[in-house]
Amino acid sequence: MSPAGLPSTFFTAPPEWGWWIVLYFFVGGIAGGAYVLAVLIDLVGRPEARGLARLGYVVAFPAVVVSALLLIVDLHRPERFWHMLVQSETWRPMFKAWSPISFGAWALLAFGAFALVGVLAALHEDGRLRWGWLSRLRPPAPLGIVLGVLGGALGLVVAGYTGVLLAVTNRPIWADSPLLGLLFLVSGASTAAAVLILLATRARRWAADVETLARFDAFALALELVVLVALVASLGSIVPRVWFNAWGLLLLVGVGILGILVPLALEWHPRAPAPSRALAAALVLVGGLLLRVVMLLSAEAVGRVA
Amino acid sequence: MAEPMGFFTDTTVCIGCKACEVACKEWNQLPAADGGAPRLSGDSYDNTRRLDGTHWRHVRFVEQFSEDRRDGRWLLMSDVCKHCVQAGCLEVCPTGAIIRTEFDTVVIQSDVCNGCRACLTGCPFGVIGLNPVSGTAQKCTLCYDRLQAGLEPACSKACPTDSIQFGTIRELRQRAEARVQQLHRQGESRAWLYGADDRMLGGLNAFFLLVDRPEVYGLPPAPKLPSRNLVPSGLWSLLGAIAVGLAGLISFRDRPAARRDVGARREAA
Repeated sequence: MSPAGLPSTFFTAPPEWGWWIVLYFFVGGIAGGAYVLAVLIDLVGRPEARGLARLGYVVAFPAVVVSALLLIVDLHRPERFWHMLVQSETWRPMFKAWSPISFGAWALLAFGAFALVGVLAALHEDGRLRWGWLSRLRPPAPLGIVLGVLGGALGLVVAGYTGVLLAVTNRPIWADSPLLGLLFLVSGASTAAAVLILLATRARRWAADVETLARFDAFALALELVVLVALVASLGSIVPRVWFNAWGLLLLVGVGILGILVPLALEWHPRAPAPSRALAAALVLVGGLLLRVVMLLSAEAVGRVA
Repeated sequence: MAEPMGFFTDTTVCIGCKACEVACKEWNQLPAADGGAPRLSGDSYDNTRRLDGTHWRHVRFVEQFSEDRRDGRWLLMSDVCKHCVQAGCLEVCPTGAIIRTEFDTVVIQSDVCNGCRACLTGCPFGVIGLNPVSGTAQKCTLCYDRLQAGLEPACSKACPTDSIQFGTIRELRQRAEARVQQLHRQGESRAWLYGADDRMLGGLNAFFLLVDRPEVYGLPPAPKLPSRNLVPSGLWSLLGAIAVGLAGLISFRDRPAARRDVGARREAA
């Protein structure tokens, strides 16, 4: 019957969080990360890099909209998505700080507002929108700095809370390590940098700043590798039960080697040619997606003890 | 508030008749799986297999027999939502659909739930499932509607051996303790209570008398609250946010030295 010594997390039911949620974790990480990178470039970067920052805002807003749509589609009663924000019986705000989904729903909503401001200000600077007051909403304007810092903090929350969400459960893997939030946050930053590198390389612009982005990405990848190793170590005796199979192979090869080590090696060179930089960025994206695939679906694969 | 109510399930007198399963399904109008098509598990006399959104009582059959089948016993347990005093499902529910009632039971309001499935991950016992008809998470309500009308829940009412007993938690705990003493006196020294005191999730308002380890019945040996991970996971993430922010500030900062170089080159050009 039930093997002795089975951890208590193995007696719970899988929630069937599948592909919609995998995609949301991926796109949400990019949304938060891209906004954060854009704000950082705006705040401390050289003026010539503002075009690259604009790209960040232009990526972040559609990504956060797609994120919300993915979450709504995943609900089994999507028409009740607003129950996450408003109590359906009393019309009072529905907020539970200790429930990561409730916290995340509000964070996503608030971040969406900041991302909207960011993209509007970026389009203004681009000359596509001609509302003068928009220039006050982006650094170095004082109000723009305040908005950027607040939105950036929310962007980091959006990129990272998804891992905390998985930890605040009773499921195998997810609840067995405290490091998933950290891992997703770092991966969100690295995948967002990869998206910007790819778009900038395609536009053949901002070469010097792309180099900076690649350097940042290399740091993020190195950190991600350390966190991933620490996460596997923190799972301890759970690992043979859940990852001595195809999932583990995918994590090792798809995420560890192809998604982290290879791009890290490619990005390590300061003056890497554009094609190898683009290849590295593409691999980072594949690795970021596979990371979420493995973390979600390998836990989903552990059914209830019958 | 009324006094806390619950179930005491004495597995030693369960005969596996499944009257509780049937009574529960009838009273709560729960749909059959697969439109009622027969689905045989091949595992003992159990084709229900587990609690889920349309099975709020489940009689578990555990066959323990020696190799030559000379010695053996059946363990039978009618499983149900534990109505934890500290409920993991209630904790993580983001819509407020899961509430604690005046009877100290835990109920999912089906008209509020939007089917996000957080509670499935939060429940330490794997009790909750989606009801495909309503598209919402569902589980035992301890017959909230019957309790409000002064009736006892359908399953305990139907149980022919009083394996499922309904009452106030105070009375049930006394009765359960007496039953354990009685079994010990009769030589069944393995009898013990699972979740009958405050140590397990503040107390299970549906607790069990078992004669083997919890794992044998498909029960977690050490159920915990999901919120135990909130602070550690949040703090590690905060550390990551600081690291990412600092790395960004250092990478992207506009270095005057580098700018002078660029400026000098521009001027030269």
